[in-house]
Formats: sequence, C-alpha cells, structure tokens
Amino acid sequence: MINPVAEPVSLMHYLVVGAILFVCGVVCMTAKRNAIGVLMGIELVLNGANLNFVAFGSPYLQSGGAPSLGLDGHLMALFVIVLAAAEAAMALAIALSFYNAHATVDVDQANELKR
Amino acid sequence: MGIVFHTVLFYLLAILACGFAVAVVLSNNIVRMAFYLVACLGAVAGLFFLAGADFVGALQLMIYVGGTLVLLIFGVMLTARGPLANIQTSRAQWAMVGLIGASLLAVLLYAATTAGKWTHSGQIVADRSHVSKPTATPIGLALLGVRADRLNAERTDAALGKGMAGYLLPFEIVSVHLVVVLIGAAYLARARRRATTPPMAATSGDSNNLDPGD
Repeated sequence: MINPVAEPVSLMHYLVVGAILFVCGVVCMTAKRNAIGVLMGIELVLNGANLNFVAFGSPYLQSGGAPSLGLDGHLMALFVIVLAAAEAAMALAIALSFYNAHATVDVDQANELKR
Repeated sequence: MGIVFHTVLFYLLAILACGFAVAVVLSNNIVRMAFYLVACLGAVAGLFFLAGADFVGALQLMIYVGGTLVLLIFGVMLTARGPLANIQTSRAQWAMVGLIGASLLAVLLYAATTAGKWTHSGQIVADRSHVSKPTATPIGLALLGVRADRLNAERTDAALGKGMAGYLLPFEIVSVHLVVVLIGAAYLARARRRATTPPMAATSGDSNNLDPGD
C-alpha cells in the first residue's frame, strides 16, 4: 500500500482539485435557480481555472518534465481574479436591478423575452 | 518513508476546498452557500500558497475573499428575504444536472490524471531543495512591462527580446475595464422605487407626513 502523504505533490493533484471545483461550479450554475447562486457557481468555475493556472506556473510541482509556465501562470491568475471581481460587480448590479423590477431573484422568472 | 508535510497540508486544504465546493452545490440556503464559498475560496488561497504563488494567494484573500465575496454577501442580504432564501430545484433537473456534472468530471479527471503523459521525457525537473522566492517583485515588474524573471535564463541576445514583452497593455486594459464596469454597476444598481409598491399613494402619503406646513 502506498502511503499518500509520503510522496511529493505533483501537478496531477492540483489538476484534480481544479477539476472538482470546476465541475461543482458548473453544476451550481445549472442547478441553482437563485441568481446569486448562479453567480457563486461562476466564482467556483473561475477558481478551478485559476488553480490550474497557478499549478502550471508553479516551480514546486512535479510536472513530468513539462516546462513550467512560470510567472505567466501567476499573471494570468491575477487577471482572472480582477476580471472575476468586475464580473461579480456587474452581475450583482444586474441581479439587484432585476430584483428591484420583479421582486424576485429566481432566474426562471426572467422569461419576458419568450413572450 | 517519512511524511512530507507539504503533501499533508495539500491534502488538508484540498479536502477543505472540495468539500466546501460540494457543500455550495448541495445547500439550498443562499446564506449558507455564501459562507461555504468563503471557506472554499480561502482553502484555494492556501493551495496557491502551497504552489509557491504567494502574491496570487494574498490577492486571492484580499480581492476574492475580502472584496468579491463581501459584494456577493451584500447581494444575498439585499435579495434574500422570506421564501426567496431557498428556492428549490426539481428532482428531474437535479438528475439532468448530475448526469452532466458526472460526465464532465469524468472527462476532466481523465485529462488531469494523464497530465504527466503529455510529455514523454518523464523526468522530474522540480528542484525541491531551493528556498521559496517571493514573487511580488517580478509580478509587479512584469505588469509594468519588464520581465525580470526572463533575464536570469540562459539566452542569447537574439532570443532575449522574444518573450520579454510584459503585461503593460493588458494591465492598462484591465484597469480601464474595471473602471467602466464599476461605473456601469453603480449606474445599474442605483436606488429606484420597487415596482411592486403602489407608486402614487405611498409617495403622497409620505410627503404629507414629512411636510410640516400641511
């Protein structure tokens, strides 16, 4: 039996955690009917992608000989964080505007264009 | 075989991050979802620190956990009242979503576990003995257009100019983008009267009460 804590962390570990965060975010985005819940799913998706960026740019992880992204991974992660902040501000403003007009945040109620 | 504490910390933070992410999905209460998201993103910041990205981890804590999630929690507080706090999803939707999520997870896990086979060299390039270097200074220089980290690589003078372009233009673009988005958000979310309140009766009653000369 292999002792899991006796081996150094490889790139694969980070990619698995990033995949789980990404899938949780996608499920949250599709399953939640609350607009704020959908926003939280988007945050999870962006964090999963960010974790992959940082893992690919890390010099400490065994990546199987693949060249590390280096500082580019960190910079991409920073841009993702800033854009996620902008996206959250915008989407929350839209959600609040929708709440002011319709007194609900249920995304299933936002179907006026269908009529 | 001893215990690598880096790995122990990684498993601890990974279990926290994944567990709270699953809790965000499974919870129906929007307030609890916000709390689970705070914990999940904090654990992800810890994973960033473990990967050597100290500046990104600090910014994750400051911008994400300190800024974006406070914004989200304000959104929760402004919109979660009474029955709106937990809107249920039907079982058929959960089944469809579970199918989509399971298939996506299978594809992503296959890609992640075969990541070592993307290249065939198979040698370990990471030198784990060196001490961690802070990354804030090279990140700041790269945002200003100077790649200080590329200067240390052994390159000829012709190849040195290649890939030396920093991130000055994306930095400016993203800053202007942020200003535009914040102005737009402030415009969109400005205070307006609710559509459900009767407009004329409420305002006339209020003005009559507030007017001292009436």
